[in-house]
Formats: sequence, structure tokens, C-alpha cells
Amino acid sequence: MAVVTATVSGHFCAPQQSAERLGIGRMDEDLKILVIDENPIRRAIIEAGLEEAGHHNVTSLGDATGLVQEIYRLDPDVVLIDLENPSRDVLEQMFQVSRVVRRPIAMFVDASDRASIEAAVDAGVSAYIVDGLKKERLKPVLDMTISRFRAFDRLRSELDEAKSALKERKVIDKAKGILMKTRGVEEDVAYQLLRKTAMSQSKRLADVAEGLVNAYALLKDGD
Amino acid sequence: MERDGHTHGSLIEVNAGFIPLLDCAPLVIAHQKGFARDEGLDLRLHREVSWANIRDRIDLGHLDCAHMLAPMPLAATLGLARMTEPVIAPMSLSLNGNAITVSNGLYGEMMEAKPDAARNGGRGAATAVADVVRKRQAEGKEPLTFGMVYPFSSHNYDLRAWLASAGVDPDGDINLIVVPPPLITENLRQGRIDGFCVGAPWNSLAVAEGLGVIVTTKSELWPMSPEKVLGVREAWAESNGATLAALVRALVRACCWLDEASNHQEAAAILARAEYIGVAASVISEPLSGQMRLGRGRVSAVPDMVVFNRGDANYPWRSHAVWFLTQMIRWGQVRTPFDLAAVARRVYRPDLYRSAVGPLAIGVPAGDVRPESSLVAIDDVAFDPMHPLQSLERTSIRSRAVDLSLFAAANP
Repeated sequence: MAVVTATVSGHFCAPQQSAERLGIGRMDEDLKILVIDENPIRRAIIEAGLEEAGHHNVTSLGDATGLVQEIYRLDPDVVLIDLENPSRDVLEQMFQVSRVVRRPIAMFVDASDRASIEAAVDAGVSAYIVDGLKKERLKPVLDMTISRFRAFDRLRSELDEAKSALKERKVIDKAKGILMKTRGVEEDVAYQLLRKTAMSQSKRLADVAEGLVNAYALLKDGD
Repeated sequence: MERDGHTHGSLIEVNAGFIPLLDCAPLVIAHQKGFARDEGLDLRLHREVSWANIRDRIDLGHLDCAHMLAPMPLAATLGLARMTEPVIAPMSLSLNGNAITVSNGLYGEMMEAKPDAARNGGRGAATAVADVVRKRQAEGKEPLTFGMVYPFSSHNYDLRAWLASAGVDPDGDINLIVVPPPLITENLRQGRIDGFCVGAPWNSLAVAEGLGVIVTTKSELWPMSPEKVLGVREAWAESNGATLAALVRALVRACCWLDEASNHQEAAAILARAEYIGVAASVISEPLSGQMRLGRGRVSAVPDMVVFNRGDANYPWRSHAVWFLTQMIRWGQVRTPFDLAAVARRVYRPDLYRSAVGPLAIGVPAGDVRPESSLVAIDDVAFDPMHPLQSLERTSIRSRAVDLSLFAAANP
């Protein structure tokens, strides 16, 4: 039991809208897409991706207060939302046939789309389409969004790595400076001292350096 | 010996999702106070920000179980709410916890229309809202907008039943929208909503910020009423019986710990952390201790504001399941007929609860139907869990898109 389909009762669609939903006489770039993401950088990356793919009718929201009114006003065909956003539950209501929205919204899901859903959730995004929109039209939009979300994640972790590498280098430089000053050695000797200590204690160079810097600060405070 | 799931050392890994609300406490405490470890479990908690995330991650198998709104496992098994995987409820995590709060503006209008009813709260306060609704209609003003947290939630059904009991049609006389709890105060401040029904501690937060007045608590409308359950993937439960039993025991012990007043301060401090609820411990303490600030300087003792264990709170009463299923029909969320008792039996599993808690030597009720007299208070007619459809037929306000005769045929 419990078979889920991608459609909610469609009787809220006006007949001429239904024809449009089926793709008759409409180009793909005419898709009205709403992007909801509180992260401005990721939002910009998604917008750029949609623009490149020929979608020029894109609106993006960072602040989701009053989302229902916005959706009513914009009347989008596709809604993309990041999974860190509590406003996903606002969209859930639109699965229910309700007078709140003109066109019922369905999540892009049916049994055959499990792989797509899994990929989207793994990437941290979810997509909703209005009832009747052919899912083939959403697929490329969703695929692009998933790859951009992944790219953003890579970017973010690279940035984090770069930040911590920079921090570590600074600490190591500081520790070298302390050794040079207190033991009266050259920079390369100070570095070798740190390295030897790290190896003999099976610790990371940066951790040994940090320990030294902290200890030194403590001793200095005691003066 | 049954050995299921991944093991770490000698501990079995269980992945559980939760939403930052006071009633996620049993999972947090089972982990933090070592009850899960005592039962041989490596309980891993995953904080989610929406019920939709919980649903998707349960559906995809990222989570084995989760802190869930009681109607969610029922909706999942009925194939509503976009789920493909059936979910069961082997125990309840909490009772009560919700309250209905209105904006200062609406409270003023209620006081003008029916001061005694507005002040006295409970079911009667809805009659003051009804007067405001009719007055606004007569004056051609915008209808009131109320917020709740999710379509398949006790909040949605409580608010609807409360309004309907005073003759307000929640689908015709007001706007009813979903507002995620963390956004409620902002929506109230901006005047986008006039009132809402939400769980603890979010009502207290609105009061603390001077934005609204709590007009009634769930414990007033329906004492010891169902709220959150442990939702478990049916397939996972079937192949991990011993692990599930251990989890139920760990959670029941955590619930007992949470009901002890002497633990409330420690509980509030743990739950206040950013990785759990992430609001001030003082705000969490109010509903935990039952000392509620209602707004306008009023403080009220609500001893059953949130109940974790006492009064058979953890027992998954099938009559509660039937009540939720009836609300889904009442408000048109499901129109395809089904057998209510059969679905309640499949999803709510007192049998699993009973066998799990056996070693704890605690009292367990014998039947499936909770004896209660107060169901009448939240509905406008008495609710009979043995004859839910007949109860529904007598309600004056309900979705007319549902053909009750079709349901009657499926429920001989």
C-alpha cells in the first residue's frame, strides 16, 4: 500500500492553465522558478545556473516570512528550497487541496523518481512543482540544482580547509618565532625542533605548535 | 541472541531524527543521561528543521526512527503526506504541550467582544474569537489568519476543533496557514498572523517577547491528550525487534526522569543547547515546570503542561489513533475510504510497547481504548472511538467534500 504519486487533485487549475502545464505552446525558459535559500552565495550560484540553462523567469527569496503570500503573488511552476529551511513545512500545506493557493503544489516524487529524490536530499535541496507540470520539464532543472548544491558544498569545505590551513600556518610561524627568540636558533632549526617533537609524540605539527604558543602565553602572563 | 543493526563496540547504532521542540526531550535525555547506552544502544540524534525533512529521511532510510507528530505515522501508512514507507508508533513520547496564543491586537478585540470568555480561556475563549470573526465579517474586514505547524499535526486538529466548537469554520471563516515554530514570533510581530497553535516552548517565547497572550492550553481543552510519538519505519521495526524494544525501554526511562521536578533544571540546561532546542533555558523551564506566564502579567500553574510518563503517557492508545484518523476525514485530508480500526491496529502498536517494557516492571494498561470523558471538550460533540463515523456525522462543521456513507461502508 501507500503508493505516492506526484499529483494532487487538479481541479483548481483553470482549463487554459492545464494546457500550459502540459507544455503546449510553452518554451522551457518560460518556466517560472522560485528559489528559496537563506544562503546568499548559494542562492547566487543557483540563479546563475538557471540563467545559463536559459531560465530567465527566476525569482529568489532569502527571507521566507510570508512565503504563502509570495507564492500566491508569484504563482511559480517550480519551487526549489534548501533543506536547512524550516519553511519547507509551509510548502507541505500546499499538497493539501486548499483555498490558500490557486494551484496545488506537489513534491517531485513518485516511485520511479526515488533516485532523484535521494540525490536531492543528499545534496540538501528539495523541489516542488505545481500540479500537472510534466516532470520531464523539471528533471534538468533539478539535476542542475543538485550539481550546484554539491559544488557549493565542495566550495564551502575547500574554504573551511583553506581557512584552517591558514590558521595552522600562522600558529606554526608563531611557535617558530618563540623558539627562535627563547633558544636563539635560526628559523629552519626551530622548524626541525617542532617537527621532531611532533613525530616523537605522534602529534600533528600544528597541534604541537599550538601547545607551545599557549604554554608560552601562560608563562608570559605569569611574569 | 538477536543481533541486529550496525554495532559499535558492543553498542548497536540507532539513528533518530528530532525537531527542536520541548517534546524531543525523551530522545535527548535518553542519549545524554546514558539510558540508551544502558540498553546497549549507540543512539545518534539528528536535528532537523522541518517535519518534511523528517518524513523524507525516514522514507529514504537515513533515519530508523524519529520524534514525530502523532498523526504522521498514520498519514504515512495511508500513503498521504508523500510517504512511501509505512511507519509505526510503538510508543507515545509526550502528552499535552500545545497552547493557543493570540496577538495582543486580537486579544484586545476578544476582550471587547466577550471579556469573560476571553479571560477564562479554555473552550469558551473560542466563543470570543467567534464574535470577533462575525464582527469582522459584518464590517467587511479581512478575515483573521491563524498559524499551525504542519497539516498532519495535533496542532492543526486542535485549533480546528476549538474554533469549530464555537461555530467558526476553519476553512471558510478564517485563513489557516503553516508557520514553522522558529518563525512564529516574527510573523506575529509583522502582523501576518493573528494567532497560532504550537508546542512548547514557542508560546512562552511569544509571551516573553510581549507579542501575544496564551488564551488556552491543550491540557485545558483535552487533559492528557496525545501529542508526539516515536515513529519507526515498519520495515526496520520488523527486522530489528530487540533493538526497538531496547530503544522503547531507554525512552520510557528518560520520560520517567523528565517527569521528576528535581530534574527540570538540568533538563532545561541540556535542552537549551544550540544542538538541541537552542533557546534560553528560562523559556524551556516554564512549560517543563508548568509555571506559565500567559501574557498581560498573568501567571498560571498548569501542572500538566507537558507530560512525559505519568498517567500511562507512553502507552500508544489505539483510540488516539482513531481520533486522529477521524480528524483527517473531518477536514478532507483523506477522501478514499479505509478501515479506521485496521489502520489504527497496524500503526499504533501497544503489543510492542507491552513486550518492550516488561523488564521494567511498570504498570501497563490492558486495553486499547483509553477511558476518557473529556474528549467532548475539544470536539463539539462527544467522540466515541468505537463509533467514530457516527460521531463525525453529528459535527456541524466539517469538509463536505467527504462522502461519509462511503466510509461507513468500509467500516462495518
